[in-house]
Amino acid sequence: MLDKPQATAPTIPLIVNGEARQVAADPFRPLSDTLREGLGLTGTKIGCEAGDCGACTVLMDGAQVCACLIATGQAAGARIETVEGPGPDGLTDRLRHAFLAHGAAQCGICTPGMLMAATDLLSRNATPSHQDVEDALGGVLCRCTGYTKIIEAVLMVASPVAARIMEDDTGHVGQRIARLDGLAKVDGSDRFGADIAPADALWMRVVRSPHARARFAFGDLEAVRAATPGLAAIFTHADVPGENSFGIFPHLKDQPVLAPGQVRYRGEAVVALVGTRDAVEGLADAALPIHWSIEPAVTGVDAGLAEGAPVLHAFAPDNVLARGNLKTGDVAAGHAAGAATASGIFTTAFVEHAYIEPEAGYAVRVGDRIEVTACTQAPYMDLEEVARVLGLPQEAVRIMPTACGGGFGGKLDVSVQPLLAVAAWLLKRPVRIIYSRIESMASSTKRHPARIVAKASADATGRLTAYELEGDFNTGAYASWGPTVANRVPVHGAGPYKVPNVWNRTRAVYTNETPAGAFRGFGVPQAAIANETLMDDLAGRLGLDRWAIRRINALDHGDATYSGHRLASSAGLPQCLDALKSDWDQMLGRVASHNESGARKRRGAGIACMWYGCGNTSMSNPSTMRITLAGDGKLTFWNGAVDIGQGSTTILAQMAAEALGLPVAAFTLVVGDTDLTADAGKTSASRQTYVSGNAARLAGEALRARILKLANAGADAKLTLSGQVLSISDGESVRTIDLASLRADADGVVLEGIATWDPPTTKLDADGQGIPYGTYGFAAQIAEVEVDVGLGTVKVLNIIAAHDVGRAINPTLVEGQIHGGIAQGLGLALMEEFIPGRTENLHDYLIPTTGDMPAIKTYLIEDPEETGPFGAKGVGEPALVATAPAILGAIRHACGARMTQMPVLPHRLWAALKGRA
Amino acid sequence: MIGYHRPATLTDALAIRARHDVQVLAGGTDVYPAFATRRAWGDPAHKDVLDMSALSALRGISEHADHWRFGALTTWTDLIRADLPPLFDGYRMAAREVGGVQIQNRGTLAGNICTASPAGDGIPCLLTLDAEVELSSQRGVRLVPIPDFITGYRATAVEADEIVTALLVPKSAGQGRFLKLGARKYLVISIVMVAAVIEADKGAITAARLAVGSCSAVAQRLTALEAALQGKSLADAPDIVAVDHLAGLRPINDVRSTGAYRQDAALTLVRDVLAGFAGGAVRSVA
Ligand SMILES: Cc1cc2nc3c(=O)[nH]c(=O)nc-3n(C[C@H](O)[C@H](O)[C@H](O)COP(=O)(O)OP(=O)(O)OC[C@H]3O[C@@H](n4cnc5c(N)ncnc54)[C@H](O)[C@@H]3O)c2cc1C
Ligand code: FES
Ligand code: FES
Repeated sequence: MLDKPQATAPTIPLIVNGEARQVAADPFRPLSDTLREGLGLTGTKIGCEAGDCGACTVLMDGAQVCACLIATGQAAGARIETVEGPGPDGLTDRLRHAFLAHGAAQCGICTPGMLMAATDLLSRNATPSHQDVEDALGGVLCRCTGYTKIIEAVLMVASPVAARIMEDDTGHVGQRIARLDGLAKVDGSDRFGADIAPADALWMRVVRSPHARARFAFGDLEAVRAATPGLAAIFTHADVPGENSFGIFPHLKDQPVLAPGQVRYRGEAVVALVGTRDAVEGLADAALPIHWSIEPAVTGVDAGLAEGAPVLHAFAPDNVLARGNLKTGDVAAGHAAGAATASGIFTTAFVEHAYIEPEAGYAVRVGDRIEVTACTQAPYMDLEEVARVLGLPQEAVRIMPTACGGGFGGKLDVSVQPLLAVAAWLLKRPVRIIYSRIESMASSTKRHPARIVAKASADATGRLTAYELEGDFNTGAYASWGPTVANRVPVHGAGPYKVPNVWNRTRAVYTNETPAGAFRGFGVPQAAIANETLMDDLAGRLGLDRWAIRRINALDHGDATYSGHRLASSAGLPQCLDALKSDWDQMLGRVASHNESGARKRRGAGIACMWYGCGNTSMSNPSTMRITLAGDGKLTFWNGAVDIGQGSTTILAQMAAEALGLPVAAFTLVVGDTDLTADAGKTSASRQTYVSGNAARLAGEALRARILKLANAGADAKLTLSGQVLSISDGESVRTIDLASLRADADGVVLEGIATWDPPTTKLDADGQGIPYGTYGFAAQIAEVEVDVGLGTVKVLNIIAAHDVGRAINPTLVEGQIHGGIAQGLGLALMEEFIPGRTENLHDYLIPTTGDMPAIKTYLIEDPEETGPFGAKGVGEPALVATAPAILGAIRHACGARMTQMPVLPHRLWAALKGRA
Repeated sequence: MIGYHRPATLTDALAIRARHDVQVLAGGTDVYPAFATRRAWGDPAHKDVLDMSALSALRGISEHADHWRFGALTTWTDLIRADLPPLFDGYRMAAREVGGVQIQNRGTLAGNICTASPAGDGIPCLLTLDAEVELSSQRGVRLVPIPDFITGYRATAVEADEIVTALLVPKSAGQGRFLKLGARKYLVISIVMVAAVIEADKGAITAARLAVGSCSAVAQRLTALEAALQGKSLADAPDIVAVDHLAGLRPINDVRSTGAYRQDAALTLVRDVLAGFAGGAVRSVA
């Protein structure tokens, strides 16, 4: 063994997946790094390098370990199994198939770790219990699935019953087909941002501000560069060729790529080091001549709004970034008309997206063009930002999204893209970067902390007469999606209810904290906490059942929303509530009989409703899809919508296939490359199923119409594609078209269907009146919890969720979205609190693990949406909104504590119970 | 490149430790996260490393005439799987609650005490087991009782040339229990934890040792309570616990919780842990 320190990397023997390998590696480098960079086995993922996420789980000598905590030297001679191998007795292979069949992989970044942890379990215990599976997978975090389908998949492999047979025929709308991009996710071959880069790429490391507010000056950076072997450049703001700024809104490009002499939050990019990996990683920040002068930071909205507060941006002298307003009727009169009024102040924390994949990618300059390959939710927005920052026309930029290891809104804003583009452009060399977990958490956007003051009134029968909300949202140092939050909340703030008199006002306030941006729900989850708590208050005062007061007020077909939108089509909240009624009654009964014992662990039931407009608020947000048939019979679906795990690649293909009338399996998929696919808009706002789904359907119909016209066939004709021969059977007659005989364009395409769809909306007036969205998702959820009234701890036992999705294009994927949303809602309610500088890692920032999830039952309500493709609407965000308020209601039902500050950590609930809040 | 020593014998290891300023590396579950945090904020420096993992003689649990010996490299999983008397039930309950399975498979019992975190789950257990730490160096071997080993917040009595080679636990008839309170199920650092070892004769307590962690810079024995429990019936034990018995704790406010909460939760958990001995329902951790 090594007994002396060495100057150059020694060769270390490893037995990887049964094969003896020799790898030259620094023996102290984590094994995860050596597997990936030394052996090219990128199936092992790195989410934190600290043992906190389990993405790097491999088997070492038959036991699951975090490869990021193992020195490569410690693994010398050891047997290592990774996701690339079949596993002992082919166990990993069997698990992969079960994961695929059960929809257990969404984004897929946690999947290799999950598979290896499950392999470890099943290799020692062939018939594990549910609890055994939870224990064995407890060290791997998943942010997408809520674990439900993962555990199902593991139990399925373990059970003697053969894995479920997949529906395979056409894969059309309504079928539970496996994700089309799923195989690569379960065999470790999917390529995420950190998994690919040209061999000659230089590495980048960003030096970030440790201060929340400071000015700085540089000393002689060039001297440091010259003195550091392997360091190619130290880039500062002065090097940015175009505009040194980015931001979501054209008039709010307020965030610099590299800070120009002042920083506004801890984690802001100051300089970018580019060179060999050893050079950029080995140079200490302290070795750089950056002379800081620290200034007092603005922390929290009160400080931002205070008289004489330091101004973050000159264009917003009062630190207010944006205001939102919705007003209808007369709230004063409405409150006066009520038999009961309830009010409250509610606060929520910064919430971290905690996607398990930190931002990563690379850029290459190709002549006068720049190509950026990175994980993203919004390739076309990245393209525009990169073009501006480089001062290039948009045609000169190509964005190639990698697989995206979770986004949830956090990868809508650019992160690595402009930095990489600047470096690769100037150096004319490929440049790559991988953010560390801490860097990702410190620098990326968060959910807005909210302070919501709300008041609701209802008449004696429980009908709402007025609702009022004033919400202040901490938008942090830069605008990001702050205006969207300020605008979305007023439209949704009074809940999915009929309310004649509403006045909702919001502000997004700048502070010296981490920028808050888009996160599943854009402020609506925060508003729902206030709204649903007040519904419970009113029910209590009026002596009504909590289900009943919601049913009475639920928006129904033909009702007008408080923004004046009459719901002509899908509005399935009443059906959702009706579906839950018997579960609700049973839950109340169960809880009551449990509590009779007077035990310290009290149970409670809670209920909450939600709604969510699909697509951008009152803004055009079109999507374009294209399907082509080439002379050789190749059928290609050109789809610019990024699949961040939610499944758009699969469901859009299902819809395109159904509209065209050919099976899903006939398609070749091209996804997301801006040179190849048209703009589908961003993957956010629960819009891809609804908006891109319509474009996919229309593109399929357009191609079908062309084919039918060519064949002179009727609308019901059946299509079959076999090689380059397309057969059209119309009743008795069958016509065939030899595609090779048709005139082809330069790309060999003989027939195509292209379609663009934009949801029907109108501008909102100054009082928020108009048609903000084409349609809305609705849901109701009930939660059963157990509260230890001695310790203030909460265990969520059951959640039953009824979601009106219009039409479930792929029920497995819809359920997966709901499960994952519930996990995030549970985290928001009970444990998640990002505090800049204090919880910027996955050790101190807690997200739910396998052991924190309740049993979940779902009801998919299909109230078809006329404007939706095959009746479908979005479900991505609706999944999360109702969970936190349902849990809060259940906590209160269990122990009487009306919790208004999120998250409900044990000490907060304990303080409320002791009356010392 | 960071210097890396991986000796195959303890003699070599002690020689390296005596000659070089090295950081000892065992399971790495504390060493690597700390390094990752420093690197993320631009501090790539690291001491040379003395990797103990090839010293297989230091791994494993053995029974001796009057004590049990836990080799320094014994992992949490080794502890969970070992066939041990009820005295160690608490230590094993703690092992099952450390991190997740991956951490249990790598993290060592000695690494846990050398990190000396106020939230180290093994420490209150070892306090109630009256454990001693075996420290070896070229100068020889010495035994240090756990209370003297942990000298303060993340501080220990390990000298620059020493290595922890084992934990020694005197044999005793008692039974151990452990309760941990955290804000989630797995991978969670304790807000409060309580360990207890009780010896009883026909339902009457003949010896009680209890310790609370995460409520002061160093986990503490509750000696006043231990005295008060002497001779009392097991069934009455939870009711004997009084606020004053925990007066020596000094819990603080931090990102995980508040001091006031910790103080009160410790009281509840001490009662719960005692109720567990009395045959009450075994509490599951939140
Ligand atoms: C995700 C995660 C979860 C965790 N959860 C918990 C938890 O729930 N409860 C808990 O208590 N801990 C927890 N830990 C911390 C850690 O796993 C334990 O403290 C573990 O027992 C440390 O052992 P190790 O062998 O990995 O130590 P190492 O990281 O190898 O070493 C830790 C320290 O001890 C020194 N050291 C190690 N062995 C010796 C020796 N023989 N002689 C001298 N010095 C030595 C090292 O130099 C270093 O300073 C967690 C860690 C992670 C990453
Ligand atoms: S990367 Fe190893 S645990 Fe997160
Ligand atoms: S599927 Fe588990 S993190 Fe995305």
